[in-house]
Amino acid sequence: MIRRAGITIVGLAIGAAIIGPWISPHDPISQDLPLRLATPSWSHPLGLDELGRDLLARLIAGARVSLFVGCAVVGISSIVGVLVGAIAGYLGGRTDAIVGRVMDVLLAFPGILLAIALVAVLGPSLRNVVLALVTIGWVGYARLVRGQVLKVRELDYVQAARALGAPVSRILMRHVIPSTFSAVSVQATLGMAGAIIAEASLSFLGLGVQPPTPSWGTMLDAGRAHLFDAPHLTIVPGAAIALLVLGFNFAGDALRDRLDTRLTTN
Amino acid sequence: MFGYALRRVAMTVPVLLGVATLVFALIHLVPGDPAEAMLGESAPPADLADLRAKLGLDRPLMAQYRTYLTGLVAGNLGTSFRYNTPVSREIGSRLGRTAQLAVAAMLVAVVIALPLGVLGGLFRGSFIDHAATTLSLVGVSMPNFWLGPLLAIVFAVTLGWLPVSGTGSLAHLVLPAVTLGAALAAILARMTRATLIDELRELYVLAARARGLAKGRAVIVHALRNSLVPVVTIIGLQLGAVLTGTIITETIFAWPGVGRLLIQAISFRDYPLVQGCILFIAVTYVTMNLVVDLLYGWLDPRIRYQ
Repeated sequence: MIRRAGITIVGLAIGAAIIGPWISPHDPISQDLPLRLATPSWSHPLGLDELGRDLLARLIAGARVSLFVGCAVVGISSIVGVLVGAIAGYLGGRTDAIVGRVMDVLLAFPGILLAIALVAVLGPSLRNVVLALVTIGWVGYARLVRGQVLKVRELDYVQAARALGAPVSRILMRHVIPSTFSAVSVQATLGMAGAIIAEASLSFLGLGVQPPTPSWGTMLDAGRAHLFDAPHLTIVPGAAIALLVLGFNFAGDALRDRLDTRLTTN
Repeated sequence: MFGYALRRVAMTVPVLLGVATLVFALIHLVPGDPAEAMLGESAPPADLADLRAKLGLDRPLMAQYRTYLTGLVAGNLGTSFRYNTPVSREIGSRLGRTAQLAVAAMLVAVVIALPLGVLGGLFRGSFIDHAATTLSLVGVSMPNFWLGPLLAIVFAVTLGWLPVSGTGSLAHLVLPAVTLGAALAAILARMTRATLIDELRELYVLAARARGLAKGRAVIVHALRNSLVPVVTIIGLQLGAVLTGTIITETIFAWPGVGRLLIQAISFRDYPLVQGCILFIAVTYVTMNLVVDLLYGWLDPRIRYQ
């Protein structure tokens, strides 16, 4: 039951992000200054923010940013990670040793700290947030896939392909990488939750999406100055982040049970 | 044990060198260069050249790298651009606050988690168990940058029991420590519940009860003690998360620690200070992991021979 709830939440967020601009009652960046910090009402169901912008409209627009960052980070990280992990695991030897060292250093670095450092030097923007999160994100997939490939490469069908003279690229693409897909898809679903939290953290620290583009993290940051007079500015975007993250975590668990990948996640 | 410790320490050296190199490389990723970023594009060329010379940016890259590494070994992290003081002094003066917050957060986590986990484990399937499990699920999925402001709304704004931010008294520490410790508390409570349930099935608990020990005593003295081993392991593994969690928590509550210093240094584009803070946090993280590993090797001899 609770897992179906997770998939429902994720579905609702994706729906809002896709058709949001058409169903949104107001424009997310147009201001109505006399009504600033207004509490929820019939015309503004979630109230207005410190510049008199409709909170529901901004929440819907923010879903786009969160899901875009999630999809971009997970998409690019998983492609890079799968390729690097598969090549390192299959070839072994020096390639594997070098990749292993790079992964050791990146894993020794606390992930969010490296992301903060990258965005701090590259400058805050949506593109740099994605870049920073991919830099720390691919390692998880590479490690997972490398482990799987080490097992798969000794199996008879891979040995048979090699004996038939298939080139390495074909063996990897046709025989080795597809066997890792179910484990990767579970990791990717859980990775969406991680990427959404990370984007919101960076935006909250002022290092992510820049105003006036609405992001749930920046909305929370702005709400901090109005804890006394407008607590709804804090409650609403935070609830959205927590729900969506919970949704992806439940969806990931459900996918793992369905695919029965005996995967240890950290 | 000595051989294991030596091997483990030797493994850390290349990682530390890699971390230091990565941080050095980061600063050279700044579009333009740090001098231009700090002074702005319209700064007079003479000022730019002056700052470049002061930061050593006019020298060949390898020479800069060598100076940087030898400086690090001597504990020299450079000079803050904004405060015009050694970076190590700026970090040193805020270190105590961060340590205070981290220790308080871990205490909060243990104080919340152990009773919740024990109650859940003892009364499995009951109302108390469901309440404890739900509470820890909420704790895990709540981002600290939301939990912090929410706690402030309830306990500072509405009830007026605690200060919203700043330092000065023990009361100032409560909200930041709970915010930082909540996620850890949730993980620990789940772990305590699960391991206690396993331990309660063991024969030695039954034997203790058969010898006439009261249930409470059998649980506390025998089962709980054994179920604490994995719990201590998790605390060790989560030290790093607590450390990086201080960056956001300190920002929320204006707590003057190293994490807040880092965020302020970023907004002032004080690159030597940014570099120093990142390096400091990363090295602390690596060192803590090393210490935790050495402790396991000491506690559990099987690990040493793997």
